[in-house]
Amino acid sequence: MLAIYKREMRAYFTTPIGFVVIALYFAMTAAVFALTVLFSAESTHIDYYFLAQILIFIILIPLLTMKLFSEEKRMKTEQLLLTSPIGLNAMVMGKFSAAFTMFACQFALSTFINTMITDLYGKVNFAVVIGNSVAILLIGAAFCAIGCFFSSLTENQIVAAVSTIAALAVLVGLNLLSSLLDGGFLVKMISWISIWERYNTFTYGYLHIGSLIYFASFVVIFLFLTVRVYERKRWA
Amino acid sequence: MIEIKNLTKKFGDIIALDNVSFEVNDGEIVGFLGPNGAGKSTTMNILTGYLSSTLGSATVDGLDILEHPNEAKKMIGFLPEQPPLYLDMTVEEYLNFIYDLKDCKLDRKKHLEEICEVVKIKDVYGRLIRNLSKGYKQRIGIAQALVGNPKVIIFDEPTVGLDPKQIVEIRNLIRTLGKNHTVILSTHILPEVQSVCDRIVIIANGKIVANEKTENISSLMDGIGRLQAQICGDTESVLSAIRKVSGVRVAQFVGKREAGSSLYLIEGEAGVDIRKPLFAALSKENYALIGLESAGASLEDVFLSLVSSKDKEKKSKKSSD
Repeated sequence: MLAIYKREMRAYFTTPIGFVVIALYFAMTAAVFALTVLFSAESTHIDYYFLAQILIFIILIPLLTMKLFSEEKRMKTEQLLLTSPIGLNAMVMGKFSAAFTMFACQFALSTFINTMITDLYGKVNFAVVIGNSVAILLIGAAFCAIGCFFSSLTENQIVAAVSTIAALAVLVGLNLLSSLLDGGFLVKMISWISIWERYNTFTYGYLHIGSLIYFASFVVIFLFLTVRVYERKRWA
Repeated sequence: MIEIKNLTKKFGDIIALDNVSFEVNDGEIVGFLGPNGAGKSTTMNILTGYLSSTLGSATVDGLDILEHPNEAKKMIGFLPEQPPLYLDMTVEEYLNFIYDLKDCKLDRKKHLEEICEVVKIKDVYGRLIRNLSKGYKQRIGIAQALVGNPKVIIFDEPTVGLDPKQIVEIRNLIRTLGKNHTVILSTHILPEVQSVCDRIVIIANGKIVANEKTENISSLMDGIGRLQAQICGDTESVLSAIRKVSGVRVAQFVGKREAGSSLYLIEGEAGVDIRKPLFAALSKENYALIGLESAGASLEDVFLSLVSSKDKEKKSKKSSD
């Protein structure tokens, strides 16, 4: 697993994709931070900064995950991985971890810098920052897992990226749908699945076990499905 | 070492492998021969654990590839049809990655150096794989299969797309490897198996049609004796002299060669050795026979006759049903 992880991490920086994603991310978060915190009246209120992270990562995480499996398929290198003495689980975990590391490091660095800047000019509620950060990390992990799954379905990176973006957008946009419906079972179900509802529980600054399990199960289910894609191909 | 038992593989309705069984002994070089689409790659993919079989089993050193995948895969080095290379890595990075991937326990530096020595890629060790020629890429593919010093090495069409010199080099390499490894290689090039392998397994339409030692396989032919002879003298009169020899079925002029000689293709009747009478007839007429080699013992003939005889069997079976 470590071999795969190391190779993927290297590949992010020997191809332009890692740099492109990092540059885009810092440009976008800096803009959001400037507009919502520095230039606004409520200078220590950084909720919007975190909120914007989710929207930014809907675009950027698929760029990180798109090549993970599709490129192996296109270059026929997956034959190497699948005939080497590592299990499918280790292969999928290695790749997922690489994407997650890329995402988490960027996010942690940006958040650290921006929180410190805010703290210079006023009091930051660190419980909120930590709560939000944990939530974003969990959401990002779920996004990475979904990206892995879509990447394993195709040998075209663009298809992988676009379908992941679409899936994430639907997932995040679900609760817009619930505001259009009035009450009933459907709304309940949607709000249970919706990422926003789960996210909100973290933003007040406390850990909610249910939400923790919710995001963890997202990761597990989609990584499991990715493994299944390969199992199915083997048995086809 | 390797045991393939009643292997059947279906892709939907298509039967890619139909009850294939064979064994490979320790230290043998076995050629896996068949036309394109015969099931060579499918067999190799099942043996290496890339695909599963619909029925039957493949075991390496007693370990079933599906039941103990990681242990069995550790014993196999595999070069797929298209070498699985990461173009954005240098040769050094790539081989180190393979070393990690296979969780190799040998001394890293020494082991990789030895491999580079064997496959002759030392001079491109620091270069990006993307920029290397096809021949080098193929050799890096072979190097990859050798990492971890596996007992069994499986090559899927190792010489496809190489130039004649590289083909000779790769064949020599395979012969060297065969000294302390068990090697299976697949190919549809007939002289290749003849020159490299101890034993030949011929597969067609997902079925094994022959499994013989290389030296025995020629006898499988239905007595097609074809000779290529280089003879000095006037073409027409030499031809007529050849045609007079009893047992000669067809004699053909092929082309002019050096020193006033010409090349002829001579086919004898089934089961008749025409070499002695041919020599006697030519020397009587004072035509110098300066070269004689068997053109008929080619695997192509074996192969075609085997495949067509199987087809005939099938047809006669069908008509008798």
